Amino acid sequence: MAVVLILVLVAFASVLFHLLSPWWWTPIASNWHYIDNTIIITFWITGFVFTAVVLFVAYCVFRFRHKPGNRAHYEPENRKLEFWLATVTTIGVVAMLAPGLFVWNQFVTVPSDATEVEVVGQQWLWSYRLPGANGKLGTSETRDVSTENPLGLNKNDAAGLDDIIISGGELHVPVGKPVKMLLRSIDVLHDFYVPEFRAKMDMVPGMVTYFWFTPTRTGTFEVLCAELCGVGHPQMRGTVVVDTEADYQNWLQQQQTFTQMMAGEVQTTN
Amino acid sequence: MVNIPSSIDDTVPAAEVEDVELYHPHSWWTTYVFSQDAKVIAIQYSLTAISIGLVALVLSWLMRLQLGFPGYFTFIDADRYYQFITMHGMIMVIYLLTALFLGGFGNYLIPLMLGARDMVFPYANMLSYWLYLLAVLVLAAGFFVPGGPTGAGWTLYPPQAILSGTPGGQSGGIILMLVSLILFIIGFTMGGLNYVVTVLQGRARGMTLMRMPLTIWGIFTATVMALLAFPALFVASVMMLFDLVLGTSFFMPAIVEMGTQLQHGGGSPILFQHLFWFFGHPEVYIVALPAFGIVSDLISTHARKNIFGYRMMVWAIVIIGALSFIVWAHHMYVSGMNPNFGFFFATTTLIIAVPTAIKVYNWVLTLWRGDIHLTIPMLFALGFIVTFVNGGLTGLFLGNVVVDVPLSDTMFVVAHFHMVMGVAPIMVIFGAIYHWYPKITGRMLDEIMGRIHFWVTFLGAYLIFFPMHYLGLLGAPRRYYELGESAVNPPSAHDLNVFITLMALTVGAAQMLFLFNLVWSLRHGKEAGGNPWRATTLEWQTPTTPPPHGNWGKELPVVYRWAYDYSVPGAPQDFIPQNQPNPDRLSMENAS
Amino acid sequence: MSAMLIFLAGIAVVITWWMAQQRLTSKPWLEVGNAGDAPRYDRSPIATAKIGLGVFLAVVGALFTLFISAYFMRMGVEDWWAIPIPGLLWVNTGVLMVSSIALQRAKTEAHKNQTGVMKIALLAGLVTGVVFLVGQVFAWRELTRAGYVLADNPANSFFYLITGMHGLHILGGLVALSRTTLKAWEGARPDRVRLSVELCAMYWHFMLLVWLILFALFAGWANDFVDICRQLLT
Repeated sequence: MAVVLILVLVAFASVLFHLLSPWWWTPIASNWHYIDNTIIITFWITGFVFTAVVLFVAYCVFRFRHKPGNRAHYEPENRKLEFWLATVTTIGVVAMLAPGLFVWNQFVTVPSDATEVEVVGQQWLWSYRLPGANGKLGTSETRDVSTENPLGLNKNDAAGLDDIIISGGELHVPVGKPVKMLLRSIDVLHDFYVPEFRAKMDMVPGMVTYFWFTPTRTGTFEVLCAELCGVGHPQMRGTVVVDTEADYQNWLQQQQTFTQMMAGEVQTTN
Repeated sequence: MVNIPSSIDDTVPAAEVEDVELYHPHSWWTTYVFSQDAKVIAIQYSLTAISIGLVALVLSWLMRLQLGFPGYFTFIDADRYYQFITMHGMIMVIYLLTALFLGGFGNYLIPLMLGARDMVFPYANMLSYWLYLLAVLVLAAGFFVPGGPTGAGWTLYPPQAILSGTPGGQSGGIILMLVSLILFIIGFTMGGLNYVVTVLQGRARGMTLMRMPLTIWGIFTATVMALLAFPALFVASVMMLFDLVLGTSFFMPAIVEMGTQLQHGGGSPILFQHLFWFFGHPEVYIVALPAFGIVSDLISTHARKNIFGYRMMVWAIVIIGALSFIVWAHHMYVSGMNPNFGFFFATTTLIIAVPTAIKVYNWVLTLWRGDIHLTIPMLFALGFIVTFVNGGLTGLFLGNVVVDVPLSDTMFVVAHFHMVMGVAPIMVIFGAIYHWYPKITGRMLDEIMGRIHFWVTFLGAYLIFFPMHYLGLLGAPRRYYELGESAVNPPSAHDLNVFITLMALTVGAAQMLFLFNLVWSLRHGKEAGGNPWRATTLEWQTPTTPPPHGNWGKELPVVYRWAYDYSVPGAPQDFIPQNQPNPDRLSMENAS
Repeated sequence: MSAMLIFLAGIAVVITWWMAQQRLTSKPWLEVGNAGDAPRYDRSPIATAKIGLGVFLAVVGALFTLFISAYFMRMGVEDWWAIPIPGLLWVNTGVLMVSSIALQRAKTEAHKNQTGVMKIALLAGLVTGVVFLVGQVFAWRELTRAGYVLADNPANSFFYLITGMHGLHILGGLVALSRTTLKAWEGARPDRVRLSVELCAMYWHFMLLVWLILFALFAGWANDFVDICRQLLT
């Protein structure tokens, strides 16, 4: 009997824990509430199946546990029952997969009006680059990285000269406008992860990866690295600030361009 | 008993495997150390796996101490923490679970359940164990070299795995790890050939494939998968060794490490991930399928009922095995690979849920209208169902590409895979040990210690990993030495971490009781007799227990029925062994 | 990973073909044998050792296919400069073919119980096998002298890695082959070595096949083939 009680307890306590848990996702700050909704659907379906299976097992143990003189029923298979169970399972799976793929399609389709922001990861620091007045990011190459040129921009590419470089500082983005995050690393794998944005993607040295999102509320958010990048992994934090348009422009004015940065370097070395 | 007419003696030769083919031991060394007997090799594999598994268990305590009480235990610094998690993961997945299921249970059960005298290539089988032991020693040597073992995480992703920012990355640690993996794979291939070919060629008369117990189906399919999947890890390990030692650029792109330009260029870290997960995903099922098979037999035997839907169970094992080769990239949704792959891999991954669900239904339907004996193996089987269903269902979150995006690389993933391929298979391993220990030693394990062990392990493990999902949902990333001040680490999360750590220590302590039971019962356990569970399968029908070298004495068994004739209507007992024929009509008429 | 998936599809065909003969749709609970029945063995008439070798070769095949998969995936990056094929490789290919033919001959002679010819054919196979390996080492030296060193370019790295791996497999085969040859020359009867000779021949043919595929890969024909496939598809 203890077995039955404990099994029932496991089922109910799990559901109760889910409902009462103080540990729940952080308040969302991007357009990806679609993802949250898909998770909710998945919780409903899987939660139902889990409770049903555990309670069924508990009932079986209660009803069919061994008593002297008992004998099990003999039934090698029941095709009809198996067929129905398989069908219902398939429907459940489709109910989770279909919205998932639908949202994934949105996730990988970047809107054409998204502004590009580059994030560069290195052990164990975040840097950022925004397109300058010409609205375009210049090319870059890991081979060109040096102390004067920490992001490895191509000095011969005119498009990159007015790029705004934020080396190790805060990133600001304006609220309500789609942003395409271009992700690059100059040493090992990193992963740009802001829990409130829900989206994340690995940064791979030698290639540029991306994701997009639209910030939906202003605030200051913590950037975490979500791909093990060596012993400093937990210290690799950064800050993203979602600003109103006016605040954003204010901030933007104070940032230095690539040209200014190089000039500054020249002055100090002289 | 049935009278077998003497004419059978003419048609069934006394020994199907000629004596010359069996290697008979001549000394203590060849009996217990360099033995070619699959049963001895099985025990060697199991003891080695459990020993190194204990190391991994202690490592998990240490890392939990750090997570529960950050900064309190000063000897656990960040370097050590990453070394602990890496070694814990690699040992548990490969050197414990894979080795124990295939090398341990595979070696013990395949010949016995199939009615063979031994594996078909006993010498290669012996070599397999010794290479495995060597691999374990090389792995453990990592703890004693300068710089310590590698701390790259068990996935060993380059570039960080072989750079100096990772503990053991530019020293002996990573080299020992890769060499150990290569040795393990070579050794496993030798054993794996045995398991597969013995199932193909070593079966007793009458043992058709559809009469095989599901245990054998699970181990057989898992071995075929392992033989095809492990080469991918082999290739990845060799290429990474080249990158590290010889300076090639298979996986290493142009890198500026701490301000220094490295000589590498053009390599692809994603290529490594493809190779790794091409092995890594089948690996999940290499552990799961033997567990599926064994638990089917445990449930059937202890519920005194045939496994429900045997054919469906066999097909599901084969289909899961095949599908698991085309889902590998679901570990790479946020790796930066072409995002369009996400559609394909999410679909294949969720398709696997269907045969897996059917297996779950058939286990619980076997309980329905059964005659459930709540023995310790049955308790562990129930524990398996609960934890496996839980872990399997959270897999539907992570397999569904877009849901994986916020959850990947968080504690949700850690909780998921521990539940589904840590706790659930371990439940089966414990159930199986309680089930077969009487055959191996002739004595039963102590019942009271067993019950304490089960309840603490089952409830404790559930309490560790179920709440952990919610830390991941909150956003806590995995592989963090310390989270510190963060929106994803509120004080309540810290309390939960303390709770989880205390549970982990408790569950670990319960395993000491289990080990004590294993040793204590060797002497003091109840005498078991040949077939204490009144089971149908062949290993319980050996003439002597424990079975001697050659297993069957003079005559090999002949199989007349499937493995699940429990509670057959009209039969005098609630089980009919596989080697018992229907009474011959002629002899029955003669008798009357 | 497409090369590996094609390889796996091939394996899947073999497994499906085999399973189709195993009555996997039968209902085992209805098929209980009667006392007095003598159920037959359900095993293949092919020698167990041969099946074992077959399974092993599938594993080796998977290994080389994975190397080839990695080769194709890495080739896409622009830092790839194909390595020239030394003329010596053509000679080595010929030698390995001769070796394979010799072992095939040894196999047929073993079946005809022609001990004398078999012994010579085995020895010829062994010697040409060794010559192939030595030739490979010379080809390596030729390339390194010409400046194509291991770590300079991924094409070089793959060349040395994969030919080295193939060479190791040949080396392993040579150990088995020399044991068989020794047994034959010590005067074992053909029927006692027949199985060993067959296994050696089987292994050798497989290694020749692997080598031909690798040679095509390094010579660049495989790329042309892939390009043609791509064009056909688009």
